[in-house]
Amino acid sequence: MATTLNTVQNPAFPVEQKQHWARGFLNSYLVRKVLKTLFTVFVVTSFTFFLVHLLPGNPIEQMVNQLINVQGVAPKDARDQVAALFAIDVNQPIYLQYFEYLGKTFRGDFGNSLLSQGTSVASIILKFLPWTIFSVGIGLLLSFTIGMGLGMLMAYRRDSWIDHILTVFASIFSSIPDYLIGLMLIVWLGIQWKIVPIGAMRGSLSPGTIPGFTWHFFSDAFFHAALPISTYFITTIGRWMLSMKSSTISTLGEDYVTVAKARGLKDWRITTAYVGRNASLPLFTQLAISIGFVVGGSFLIETIFVYQGIGASLGGAIARRDYTVMQGIFLVITLSVVFANFFADLLYSWIDPRIRLGN
Amino acid sequence: MNIVRNILGSIGTSLRLLTYNKVGFIGFLGVVLILLLSFLGPYIWPVQVSGNTGEIFEPPSAQHWLGTDDGGKDNWIQIVNGGKNVINAALIAALVSTLIAVTFGAMAGFLGGWVDSIVVAITDVFLTIPTIPLLAVLASFITLNSFTLLGILLGLLGWPSLLRAVRAQTFSLKERDFIEAARALDLGTGHIIFNEMLPNMMTYIVISFALGFTGAIYGQIGLILLGLVPFDSSNWGVMISWGWTHGALFFKDSIWYIMSPIVAIVLLQLSVITMTRSLEMVFNPRLRSGG
Repeated sequence: MATTLNTVQNPAFPVEQKQHWARGFLNSYLVRKVLKTLFTVFVVTSFTFFLVHLLPGNPIEQMVNQLINVQGVAPKDARDQVAALFAIDVNQPIYLQYFEYLGKTFRGDFGNSLLSQGTSVASIILKFLPWTIFSVGIGLLLSFTIGMGLGMLMAYRRDSWIDHILTVFASIFSSIPDYLIGLMLIVWLGIQWKIVPIGAMRGSLSPGTIPGFTWHFFSDAFFHAALPISTYFITTIGRWMLSMKSSTISTLGEDYVTVAKARGLKDWRITTAYVGRNASLPLFTQLAISIGFVVGGSFLIETIFVYQGIGASLGGAIARRDYTVMQGIFLVITLSVVFANFFADLLYSWIDPRIRLGN
Repeated sequence: MNIVRNILGSIGTSLRLLTYNKVGFIGFLGVVLILLLSFLGPYIWPVQVSGNTGEIFEPPSAQHWLGTDDGGKDNWIQIVNGGKNVINAALIAALVSTLIAVTFGAMAGFLGGWVDSIVVAITDVFLTIPTIPLLAVLASFITLNSFTLLGILLGLLGWPSLLRAVRAQTFSLKERDFIEAARALDLGTGHIIFNEMLPNMMTYIVISFALGFTGAIYGQIGLILLGLVPFDSSNWGVMISWGWTHGALFFKDSIWYIMSPIVAIVLLQLSVITMTRSLEMVFNPRLRSGG
C-alpha cells in the first residue's frame, strides 16, 4: 500500500530525496506492526516456557519427584516418562530444551495431555477455541456497534433525559466486574424469576447436535452461548457508549463538520462519513485492549456458565493440574490476544490512512 | 498553632472541593463508609464462630439485617468482617502498580529515545498477557495464601495501561513552557520530574491509583471465586465462591446470602470510580474555576 503511494509523484512537488528502499520498507506501517507482533509472539512463547520449566516447584520437577517418591520409579525412567509427556527431553541442557520447545510450538505441537493419555493438547485447543472466538466475537461485535450508535445518539442529544439515563447505565455497567454480572444473570434470570433454563443452557451444544450449515445447529449454538454473549455485551457496552459520546462531541466542533454542513450535505452523510468515521478512531485502539481483557475474563465467565470454550478448559486443566494442557492453552489465549491486537491495528490503519502513511 | 490551623484549613478546603461534584461526593462518602465498616466494624460486630441452625437462609429481620446463611450465621456480620483483607490486598496492588507506572512512564516520556522504545516494547508485551489466566496458572504451583503476596502479584501485573497514560501525559507536559524554562535553568532531570512535572500529573496518578485498586479487586475476587486462592478466613470473595461451589446459588432462598457480597463489591467499585471525579477537582485546580 505504502509503496504504491510513494511512487505517485506530483511533477509540481518533486521528491527531494529518495529514501533507501530498505529504510522505507522498515518504516512502513504494516511491516512495523508485523515485526512488533512477531516479537511479542516470541517473548510470550518464551515466557510460557520459562514459567513451566524454570520457576521453583515447577511442574516438571514436581512430576519427576512424584514418580520417584510415590510410584517408586527409577530416577532415569521417571525423567524419560515426563520427557515423553511434555514432548521435551529433560536430560538435555535447558537451552537445547528451549530451542526444541520453540520449534515444536512453531509447528503447532504442544505435547500430549498428562491425564487423558494419547490426547494431544493441540486437539483439545482446536476443539474448544472456536466456541470462545464465537461467543467473545459476537458479544464484542454487538456491544461495539450498538455502543457506538448509542454514544453518537447521546452526543447529538446531549443533556437530554435520554443522555442522562444512558450515561448512568453506562457508568454503572462498566464498573461492575463481568463475572458478577454473570452470577447475577444466573441468580435472577435462572433461579429467582425462572425466565431462563440455566441447566439446559450449559455446554456449547445440546447433545446430539451435529455441526453444519443447518438452522438447528445455529439456533442451538446461540441458545447455549446466549448467557456468555449477554455478559460480554453488558459489561463492555458502557465503555463504548461513553468514549463514543465524548469523542463525537469533540468531533462535532471540528471545522470540517461545519464546512460539510455549509455545503448542504445530507445529515445522514455528515453523521456517518464526517462525524462517525472520525469520532470512532480512538475507539479502535481501545478495542485492542478490550479484546485482551475480555478474552482473559472469558476464563471466569465460561467457568461460571459451564460453557465449553477454551477458558473453561483452562479452568479444568488447572483444577486437575494437567500442566501440558495448561501451558498450551495459556499460550493460545495470550497469542489470540496478540493477533487480535494486530488485526485491530490493521483495522485502525484502514479507517485512518494518516496512521499508515505518517511516521 | 499556626501549623495546625493551616493543616485544618487545607483539609477543609479539600473537603469543600470534594462536594463540588455531587456524584463524586456520593462516591467519596461511599468509600469512607465502606472503609469505616470494614476496619472498625469488626470491633462492633465480631466474627461469629457458629450460627443458629434453626435459622437457615432467613430473610432480613431486625435481628439479622441481611438475613442468614446455610449455617444460620448472620450475613451482615460476615459482610462487615469480609472486606478488610480484600481492601488491604487491593491497596498494596494499587500502590505497586502506580509506583511502576509513574516511575517508568515518566522516565520513558521524559527521556524519550531508546529508553522510551524499551519501556514501550516491554509494556506492549505485558499488555497482551491476560492477567487472570496468568495468575490462575501461577496459583497452581505457588501457594497464594497471603493477601500481601496476592496484592504484590496483582500490582506487578496491573501497571501496563496506567503506564501508557502517564507516559502520554509526560510527553505533552514536556513541551510546555515552564518545563522548557526549568531546563534552560539546568535544574536537573530529577528536579524537573519530581518538582515540576509530578505535581501537574497528580490527577493522573490519583486516578491511576483508583483504577489500579478496582482492577486488583476484580482480579482478586475472580481468583478467590474459582477457589484458586486458598483462604481459611471468610471474605466477600469466599462467600460468593462458597455459594457457587456448594450450590447455594441454585437455591431460591439463598438470595440474601449470595447478593450481599455481590452488592458489597459492586458498591465498593462504583464508589471508588465515581470518587475519582471529585478527586480530579481536588488535584487539578484548573477544573475549579469552571464550577
